[in-house]
Amino acid sequence: MNKLSTTSLPKDIAAEKGLVNIQIDGIWMQVPKGTRIIEACNLAKAQVPHYCYHEKLSSPGNCRMCLVQMGMPPRPAPGAEPTYDEQGYQEISWNPRPIISCANTVAENMGIKTQGELVEGCRKDVMEFLLINHPLDCPICDQAGECTLQEYSVEHGNAQSRFKETKIKKPKNVRIGERVRLDDERCVLCSRCIRFMDEVADDPVLGFAERGTHSKLTVHPDKLLNHNYSLNTVDICPVGALTSTDFRFQMRVWFLKQTPTIDTNCGHGINTTVWTRGNDIYRVTPRQNNAVNSCWMPDNYRLSFKKFKEELRLLEPSHKVTEAHQPIHWTKAFASINEQLGSANSENTALIVSASLTNEELYLAKILAEKLDIKILASVEHKQEEDNLLISSDANPNTLGLQLIFKLKTLYKKLGSIKTGIKSGAIKNLIVLGEDLTTIRGWDAELLGHLDCLISTHSLANSTAQASDYSLPVATAFENEGTMINLSGRLQKLNSAIQAPTNVKTHFQLLTSWLHSLEVNHLPTKPEALFIELSETYKALNGITYATLSDLGEPIIETNYQVPLLAKEEQRRKQGIIA
Amino acid sequence: MMADITYLEGKEPHALEKRLIFKNVDRKDWDTSIDTYLNVGGYNSLKKAIKLKPQEVTGQVKASGLRGRGGAGFPTGLKWSFIPPDNEKPVYLICNCDESEPGTFKDRYIVHQDPHQLIEGMIITAYAIGCKLAYIYVREEFPQAAQILEQAIKEAKSKNFLGTNILGADFDLEIYIHRGAGAYICGEETGLIESLEGKRPYPRIKPPYFPAALGLYMCPTIVNNVESLCHVTHILSMGSEEYAKLGTPRNTGTRILCLSGDVRNPGYVEVEVGKITMRQLLYDIGGGPLKGRAFKAVIPGGSSSKILKCDEVFSITQGDQKVDLDFWDIPLDFDTLAACGSMAGSGGVIVLDNTRKMSWVLNNINHFYAHESCGQCTPCREGSMWMKKISDRIVEGKANAEDIKTLEEVAYQIDGRTICAFGEASAWPVEAIIAKFKDELIADTSEDNTYISKEKELQQQFFQT
Repeated sequence: MNKLSTTSLPKDIAAEKGLVNIQIDGIWMQVPKGTRIIEACNLAKAQVPHYCYHEKLSSPGNCRMCLVQMGMPPRPAPGAEPTYDEQGYQEISWNPRPIISCANTVAENMGIKTQGELVEGCRKDVMEFLLINHPLDCPICDQAGECTLQEYSVEHGNAQSRFKETKIKKPKNVRIGERVRLDDERCVLCSRCIRFMDEVADDPVLGFAERGTHSKLTVHPDKLLNHNYSLNTVDICPVGALTSTDFRFQMRVWFLKQTPTIDTNCGHGINTTVWTRGNDIYRVTPRQNNAVNSCWMPDNYRLSFKKFKEELRLLEPSHKVTEAHQPIHWTKAFASINEQLGSANSENTALIVSASLTNEELYLAKILAEKLDIKILASVEHKQEEDNLLISSDANPNTLGLQLIFKLKTLYKKLGSIKTGIKSGAIKNLIVLGEDLTTIRGWDAELLGHLDCLISTHSLANSTAQASDYSLPVATAFENEGTMINLSGRLQKLNSAIQAPTNVKTHFQLLTSWLHSLEVNHLPTKPEALFIELSETYKALNGITYATLSDLGEPIIETNYQVPLLAKEEQRRKQGIIA
Repeated sequence: MMADITYLEGKEPHALEKRLIFKNVDRKDWDTSIDTYLNVGGYNSLKKAIKLKPQEVTGQVKASGLRGRGGAGFPTGLKWSFIPPDNEKPVYLICNCDESEPGTFKDRYIVHQDPHQLIEGMIITAYAIGCKLAYIYVREEFPQAAQILEQAIKEAKSKNFLGTNILGADFDLEIYIHRGAGAYICGEETGLIESLEGKRPYPRIKPPYFPAALGLYMCPTIVNNVESLCHVTHILSMGSEEYAKLGTPRNTGTRILCLSGDVRNPGYVEVEVGKITMRQLLYDIGGGPLKGRAFKAVIPGGSSSKILKCDEVFSITQGDQKVDLDFWDIPLDFDTLAACGSMAGSGGVIVLDNTRKMSWVLNNINHFYAHESCGQCTPCREGSMWMKKISDRIVEGKANAEDIKTLEEVAYQIDGRTICAFGEASAWPVEAIIAKFKDELIADTSEDNTYISKEKELQQQFFQT
């Protein structure tokens, strides 16, 4: 029967590569040994519906939504040799009982059916059970539109309910933490949030109380869900049980536009999605990137968009005329600045550039420094307390970009000499791109008062802007576009989710305009076009364009830096908690 | 040997009984002290076992054919041998004394009246599986049992049956009592393990968490029922060959049956497995039905086993041929009851006579399982309460034939789709009662059936939220 030689059997070919052969819905494929069945089905584009399973958390197998039919070759009779078909596979004997695909792993010659009477029946039945005590309040539920209960109900459920009994009553609108609200009646008891707080956040404050149908999610006595990662529980809640106090009832999600971008609160460059309608941001959520932030994000980062309140924004360029700031037209501002700096000795001029600028902007800043013949350059190091998860001690989002563009590793260390220079009078003119100097120890309005000319760029009004002779308004990270390099050496794309106010420029626009006024005319008007020049100039960026750079970025520099959260995730993988 | 034992008046064993485990239960001049136990040759099996190699002890238990007495009837020796051979982690032994299956009351008598028999069985088992730390998980409703066992452990320790270098051998063992908090699910072995670890007793998924490999604290763990562990003592004392002669092939030894419900002489009896029939149990031992009544149905192995009608004839395969087996001729063993579509379970035989309305029986069982579902996985959590609510309406006369169809479908929606066997435990009684008493149930849905007793009313208040 078997014409193939034993060494060429698919099982042996696969085994050599650490793979196994698995048949999913009739199609054979190879997947790595140890893969969960549900992930193998994903690879086969046969998505299996699930509630409790989350690839970054342990698998309790409690929702029973991911039931599939499984089969293995029958065990040969003692002494008998297994037989193979023409393709070299053994016959599959199908198990009459369904199995969960989330916690079981693939095996050689295993067969999986994600369709068929048994599997479809199981899904329909589980959906019915999940809905019998679920309130039918979708019209007023904030999860509507992104609720897996709704989605699977349409896909796998019944239109009519057979449930004639009284539904169970449970607590509603419970404030379980500063930022999270709980509706127990909507909870499907998948335990994702409990496992997240336990396994990832390491602050196990959530748990179930009562039992049977009366089971309910709750915070442990005298505890609150106030951890800085609490909003991740809202993200992973498959239903409307956990909602964000900040976002709930603000906007239906189907009205929101999603922009994939990165967070700029620290050097990790957490991948995010910014949800906007019109020119307003409604929420920021983490975007999965296994090399950066897994699926998570700290609460303070995701709510940081709130600090850009319109009333605090600088909305037009201004020029200080006898103590008071007067609006000034951009063109006039540059002309006036050029005149003032042109008449001064360039040795008396310094440039402080923030490491929160994009690579493209830093490149332009470098050209500006060269054009103005500025030799005294510095940048401001921002340190913060790390949390051993996703908050890095480096609060600058583009430290590595700064090092790459300026080919200097010591730009942070030059700041002190500028301060000394200002005090001694050696430095008379200072250009500050994107830094509020007065927040730095030893820097205040009095020190800045020694300067003849201070030019600074800011998004929000602050003391440095107040002390400046020219205060130039710039866009926020949400209004900006460009690339940054995170601490792991990964080049990532920042995308603009909203438009900057009319008279506000991005640093890119500001610097190109300024250079234009200095008769540097060859510069492109778009970061994308400028990046082509960067990729030709810098070896690390060779061959990369915006078009080839995916939403997940690309590693370009070897740094050996490890994100603590990812290291912990790896540990859980080794322990077998996750696959 | 039995001849020289005298029992308390009125508590004498029936002539059909074969007392092994219950030899000392209701015995005259008997108490739970170690001296009393030693006087009748107690701990001799341990002395015998400790001279053997651990594998030889396991070998004896395997050869004896002992099947677990907790409910599933899994071969005990085979279970022990599932501990990975290359294991380097500590091995735990847990005695499951969370006897909660309605209709079952055997373990309670063992621990109340003959605790040292259990301790001895545990020490032998621990020796066989290489365990140094064992637990007895005692259900909350057995406070006295916990005290008695504590005392027994203390006594055994003072005689060096527990502690270090037990009986001079290179073998240490400590046994601790752990008390449950009143949850049926803690009798499920992985639920028990979780509870013992201090967590909610949510049963674990299998695979990967087979206790013999990943049990208590993720270490190899053997969980055995009280009665099973006691049998180990007797296997060692009799020798596996002698023991295997008791009962029938594949269903060896004796087992305790707990007879309850509508019979004249309810109570516990210890019989050789498969040696007595349903007729002998209900008529000869049970004394027949109550005056003026007739037997209707029997739940043979605890409330979760499928009900059998007394006038049923089962077509089963014996050897190579199909035979018709009358209900009354069913031998009470593991395999025949399974062939009849039910199970020997925990040995709780519940008898129902013709005064019992099946709708009420069904409702009572559904109440229990809805109350005891742990709530971890969806079908059981939602389904058990749904079934209870439908059967509530049946007994209130507010249901119709369509509801009974729904009820049956709900049961099949739970069956085989849950993490642990609780799903089946709650679904099987419903499936069987509907399959066998459908007409009666439909008749019960009429308005005439609205009588609700005072007790029922209180019970409903208690469960209703």
